[in-house]
Amino acid sequence: MSIEMTKAEVPGVPLLEVRDLHVEFHTRDGAAKAVNGVSYTVDAGETLAVLGESGSGKSVTAQTIMGILDTPPGKVTGGQVLFRGEDLLTMSEQERRRVRGDKIAMIFQDALSALNPVLSVGYQLGELFRVHRGMSRREARAKAVELMDRVRIPAAKERVNDYPHQFSGGMRQRIMIAMALALEPDVIIADEPTTALDVTVQAQVMDLLAELQRDFHMGLILITHDLGVVADVADKIAVMYAGRIVENAPVHELYKRPAHPYTRGLLDSIPRLDHKGKELYAIKGLPPSLTAIPSGCAFNPRCTQARDVCRSEIPPLLDVTEPDGTPIGGRTSACHFWKETIHG
Amino acid sequence: MGRYVVRRLLQMIPVFIGATFIVFMMMYALPGDPVRALWGERAPDEAQMAALKADLGLDDPILLQYWHYLTGLLQGDFGTQISSRREVIDVIGDALPATIRLTVLAFTITVVVGIGLGLIAGLRAGGKTDGLILFVTLLLISVPVFVIGYLYQTYLGVKWDLIKPTVQDSEDWGQLLLPALVLASLSLAYVARLTRTSIVENRRADYMRTAKAKGLSARRAVTVHLLRNSLIPVVTFLGVDLGNLATGAIVTEGIFNIHGIGNTVFHALNSREGSTVVGIVTFIILVYLVVTLIVDLLYAVLDPRIRYA
Amino acid sequence: MPEPQEPQAAATAPNSPDAGPAAGAAVPSQGAPVAVAVAEAGPAPGRPRSLWSDAWHDLRRRPSFVIPALIILLLLVIAVFPGWFTSASPRAADLTNHYLQKPQLTHFFSPEWLGYNQQGQSVYARIIYGTRASIVIGLSVTVLVMIFGSLVGMLAGYFGGWVDTVLSRLTDIFLGIPFLLGTMVILVSFDTRSEWTVTLALAFLGWTTIARVMRGSVIAVKQADYVAAARSLGAGTWRILMRHILPNAVAPVIVVGMVALGGYITAEAVLSFLGIGLSDPAISWGADINRAQERIRNAPHILLYPSILLSITILSFLMLGDAVRDALDPKLR
Repeated sequence: MSIEMTKAEVPGVPLLEVRDLHVEFHTRDGAAKAVNGVSYTVDAGETLAVLGESGSGKSVTAQTIMGILDTPPGKVTGGQVLFRGEDLLTMSEQERRRVRGDKIAMIFQDALSALNPVLSVGYQLGELFRVHRGMSRREARAKAVELMDRVRIPAAKERVNDYPHQFSGGMRQRIMIAMALALEPDVIIADEPTTALDVTVQAQVMDLLAELQRDFHMGLILITHDLGVVADVADKIAVMYAGRIVENAPVHELYKRPAHPYTRGLLDSIPRLDHKGKELYAIKGLPPSLTAIPSGCAFNPRCTQARDVCRSEIPPLLDVTEPDGTPIGGRTSACHFWKETIHG
Repeated sequence: MGRYVVRRLLQMIPVFIGATFIVFMMMYALPGDPVRALWGERAPDEAQMAALKADLGLDDPILLQYWHYLTGLLQGDFGTQISSRREVIDVIGDALPATIRLTVLAFTITVVVGIGLGLIAGLRAGGKTDGLILFVTLLLISVPVFVIGYLYQTYLGVKWDLIKPTVQDSEDWGQLLLPALVLASLSLAYVARLTRTSIVENRRADYMRTAKAKGLSARRAVTVHLLRNSLIPVVTFLGVDLGNLATGAIVTEGIFNIHGIGNTVFHALNSREGSTVVGIVTFIILVYLVVTLIVDLLYAVLDPRIRYA
Repeated sequence: MPEPQEPQAAATAPNSPDAGPAAGAAVPSQGAPVAVAVAEAGPAPGRPRSLWSDAWHDLRRRPSFVIPALIILLLLVIAVFPGWFTSASPRAADLTNHYLQKPQLTHFFSPEWLGYNQQGQSVYARIIYGTRASIVIGLSVTVLVMIFGSLVGMLAGYFGGWVDTVLSRLTDIFLGIPFLLGTMVILVSFDTRSEWTVTLALAFLGWTTIARVMRGSVIAVKQADYVAAARSLGAGTWRILMRHILPNAVAPVIVVGMVALGGYITAEAVLSFLGIGLSDPAISWGADINRAQERIRNAPHILLYPSILLSITILSFLMLGDAVRDALDPKLR
């Protein structure tokens, strides 16, 4: 582990904090508000799952943290991304580059396109050591083999000079993970890391990721649309809809009793064995266009319990409590009627 | 890899035979008598003409003539020039150095300037520099090479006195610079545009995002990751282009009066020197085939995805 | 002459039959990012439109399409009715009109507008009447090449196997013959060469590009599900080819053909310039430019004006091809 890490583990300051982030995209139809005031934190050794459909802003938030947002058309219009208390968004490009890959690393969804097709995986892994640690080609190659062993790629030594297309999907994603892990970063952002894989391989890759996260005591932000992936690995969940977080909860709490109609809809649409023979639930309607987000609560046109206030007032994130008023740690919901939702 | 080379070499054989056969037929089956042309306006000596024709094998059926030509080629015999009775291979040998020098110079300009402009335009796609480069290259493509030749000669050479406008000595690289610029201008424009398109497409590729996420500098991301991927289609074009530069030199060599392959074949054509034309065209076809083979191999080096196919 | 290589190279480049070197003249710089944002925003409502009507919708409002299209329209009118544009005869030689007289640039459309050549012929009348040769040759070579090349490419791509082997090898053979030199070899044996001689010579060696592009395109299309569906419904081979494969495979061929058209016009000009193209009394810009070169020092106008019109013509066809390519390329949408 790096020295800075132990040094910097100040109590009270989260490892990574996103604070009231706003991101817009310039499109032909006007500004698309992709992220509208998102806040979350991750600590060392903690796994935050960010859940949402495509277009909910979960990936854009991750790209903003990484500093790999395409600008233009993307533009950060407000907020902060604090890494150990320092705002990444106000850093110079050079300082930021030292954080990327070294302190915060990212795992992408489709390893086949995310890896450079014309360079060997050994080169692509070793490149990190050469750029950030000034190692020689030979040392870097040795490190690459070590990493490939670490993510359990068979015959790593023989395969280090192979190219991405010569590996299976699961193996490629392991290489992707090895690349993120290479410099032992403090935070890893995994953007749909298993979506492109076969179901059987998904579990293996997810287990590997969880195991490595424990071993290295990293903060993990797991971005996914798949509730099934989240249950076993996440500590807490943030549910996003139309660029906002609509619910925060510890993982078991969320599954047990959702406090937002959208979350409940998501949970109800998971196929379950004990519901065999019944029609599968689906949330009616489609997510809104980001250039024309409905007024009030963005979910109101699809919500079964929407009332007038939902169409006029944007609900803030409210603390969720037990019916008797005792607070539940880490639970918030952006629903005017969260009480009805959670307590029936 | 070795198997691939062998397969490609075997594929080249029918192409070579087919292409030379068509050229041979075009040159000999069509009207025009090169032996008769030796006498010009004068009345030919019938006996002498007949003897010469027999000697050159021109009385044989056309297919037999081609067979003789083909078997001769296998022994390195490209035929005999009718008017001078010289070996065509010697005629090629005389003209080749000037054309090679011109081609090397033009090709270097094409690669350096073409890829350079394409890179600049591609990295600034949508900007003013990009627009300017796109416009200038489109002009270079649209203005025919002989017009460009005169423009360069008049302005760069005579009016502004920047480069030597004519070529007295084809061994002087300085004198060859202007014709090389003319010869390169079109290919350069294509290479610049092709590079630009390729850069623009690849710049948005996922692996470029990965490169950024790895904390690589912009320079490293471009030179190590972007350029190599983007140059793959450009290499193909450059290969075909190099294979065709010899023909491209016909106009350029004519304007600047350089005694190269292009000029030689052009004069041979005008004096109906069939054997010389066929010999030189055969030579050009050979060069073309060899260059395309090299390009395919280079392609496999640049793109590992097709290497093991 | 390297002009005609361009389509060849485009065809040689694997994976990208339509990524011609002239590609991307008008690549909209924010094309992809917009696509990203739209994808993020979920499916946009709207009626589905076909590739072609979508492209047309897009092209109509693009200056890079409208301007060259209008120029080409004008050139077509000039080619058909040259008499509408000048009263002078292009062949009437009157040596009182000396070539050293300066062009009268304010006398629009009059015989002396662009000056006279060595024979005392009006340069303006010559370029007006010279339009026909370029346009006719460019268009007819393209049409011939599209028909023949498409046929060869379609058969090779659809049937595969030995048909493909034979036709592809035949294409390779013709591709191996240097294009311009090859046409010169053909043309030099004719004492008089008309538009049709030149057209046939160019088409004879020019069809390979289209054949390659069509072959690649057909191979891509024939694997589509709708072709399998049509086949499983018992549609005949001819019907599948004409109704299902051709309409879906033809877009890249049309784009390459349009760009190649400019190349054929250049080729005609180069041939005529070298004295192996159109022969007298046909009027060709290339031949006129060739005759003008001896007077380039003291009467540059004889060379300048046909060169300008020739360049504008080629430029227009290239720009048109580029614009259509951009409009049809789904990758950029």
